[in-house]
Amino acid sequence: MAIGLHDSTFTNPVIRWIDQRMPVFTMMQKEYGTFPTPRNFNYFWNFGALAMVTLMIMIATGIFLAMNYTPHTAYAFDSVERIMRDVNYGWLIRYVHMNGASMFFIVVYIHIWRGLYYGSYKAPRELLWILGVVIFLLMMATAFMGYVLPWGQMSFWGATVITNLFSAFPIVGEHIVTWLWGGFSVDNPTLNRFFSLHYLMPFVIAGVVFLHVAALHITGSNNPLGIDPKGPQDTLPFHPYYTVKDSVGLVVYFIVFAALVFFAPNYLGHPDNYIPANPLVTPAHIVPEWYFLPFYAILRAVPDKLGGVLLMFGSIAVLFILPWLDTSPVRSMRFRPIAKWALFAWLIAFFALMWAGGKPAEQPYVLISQIATAYYFAYFLIILPLLGRLERPLSLPESIALPVLRGGGPLPAGAVAKPMEKA
Amino acid sequence: MAETMAPATAPHGAPHGADGSGETRRDFLKLTTGAFAAVGVGVVVWPFIHSMNPARDVLALSSTEVDLAPIAAGQAVTVMWRGKPVFVRNRPPEEVQAARATPLSELKDPQPDQARVQRDQWLVVLGVCTHLGCVPLGQKSSDPKGDYNGWFCPCHGSHYDTSGRIRRGPAPLNLAVPEYTFTSPTQIRIG
Repeated sequence: MAIGLHDSTFTNPVIRWIDQRMPVFTMMQKEYGTFPTPRNFNYFWNFGALAMVTLMIMIATGIFLAMNYTPHTAYAFDSVERIMRDVNYGWLIRYVHMNGASMFFIVVYIHIWRGLYYGSYKAPRELLWILGVVIFLLMMATAFMGYVLPWGQMSFWGATVITNLFSAFPIVGEHIVTWLWGGFSVDNPTLNRFFSLHYLMPFVIAGVVFLHVAALHITGSNNPLGIDPKGPQDTLPFHPYYTVKDSVGLVVYFIVFAALVFFAPNYLGHPDNYIPANPLVTPAHIVPEWYFLPFYAILRAVPDKLGGVLLMFGSIAVLFILPWLDTSPVRSMRFRPIAKWALFAWLIAFFALMWAGGKPAEQPYVLISQIATAYYFAYFLIILPLLGRLERPLSLPESIALPVLRGGGPLPAGAVAKPMEKA
Repeated sequence: MAETMAPATAPHGAPHGADGSGETRRDFLKLTTGAFAAVGVGVVVWPFIHSMNPARDVLALSSTEVDLAPIAAGQAVTVMWRGKPVFVRNRPPEEVQAARATPLSELKDPQPDQARVQRDQWLVVLGVCTHLGCVPLGQKSSDPKGDYNGWFCPCHGSHYDTSGRIRRGPAPLNLAVPEYTFTSPTQIRIG
């Protein structure tokens, strides 16, 4: 890039003056205005924007909650109750934050599923996918630490159980746990550091989201057909086409979000967390929040302590190498008749794990968890690598524009490609 | 950028602003959508702003009872009200006399002593200097009381008289009189 003032195309003198010196307006115009986006997005492509909005909601509500929260074992529970009862609209801000965590995971799970179904993790988007998995991990850590802050029974025992996972590691395990706690049990030092980190993490997430979006804007978006845009006839400018489509999705999303906050704010929570933390009594049935249940089920499916922990971490770690496990060059499952059903079966396994994770660790739930866990890993480690070689995909459409504009599928082989209808 | 991409065929052949009137259906949609979004944002922003106003437990602590019986003539107590000091002084007759003898023309913030007290001997004022918020000296018998035998603010040298009125120094106003009521002859409730 040449040194000197940027050659701005804006005519408004104020915008132009700024843009010449710091071309943020040019950048926004390029990345969110004219950014060429495949014309065939379906509503699954809303969920990235929804996740972004949810992150902002969580940061905003979180900052205001922190103004009234006291990270001390003696005051934390009462300060949260004070937020609920005394602080103006405190109940609203807390319920939005609390249910926002659930909404965030719903959105992100759908976003990840979208990537799995349409092969968004494949070349050239491997790094984009990996950054997404990093965001997912950071989200899990943030949600876990946030859940500890109200210092209820579930907070305390959730923190105890999850931090104890690290004790499974031989030799260093105990030291790691003591280090995490800052003492010999989950106590005030733990609560203090969790609050500090819970406040920090969303900004780290925002940073990785920036990288995620930066990588996206290099490769461009995937699309339901999984084929690359071949020219301007295959794309639309991001604004207004997808700003509007995202806005429609956002309105529907807010309706669901508001319904949860105003009519069933505690539906996804556990009543036990409204009992102040008691280090002497464990609740009879402790379960993590719903969004951790699949991984919790994997943990419990294995009768060995270290094995369970490794498998649980492995269930996320396997996502990092997914781009290289799936050997098929075809991205979209629409054109993969066998892999499509294998993936739907994976979805069933995921929901089975989520269901079994919320049940007591008894039969038949353990057996169901074990079968579902086996399939969860088999899909990534056996089925996808093999199917790439064995499966015969359907023929891909010539371009994105053709099936959209013609309403038809692939052209017969050998047909001459139509000249561009519209440039 | 976007408008140039509008579909070539408008639905039902509507003019779509192509007649040069300058107002299009899209303008209308943009304005109504924008207006709804603005109202929505406003509705959402208010709870956040309001959450920073005093909470209900703070408001519940906004009145304070003071028992006047143990305060002898010539003595004063400082009580905490809304996180600030309130001076309650049992003034001997000569202090009341001094306050009432002062002509209003000598005052920077003219106010007769009668307007500042409910019962002659009891002066109740906020112990917050009206200059920049320091707490003036004069409550203890060992404190400097300033040139007018009332209170003296050490921060920037404001002198208050026996009615808590500003007499000299940078403070613009008299010490404020809080809202209070006598709930019995020996008891007041501030706030």
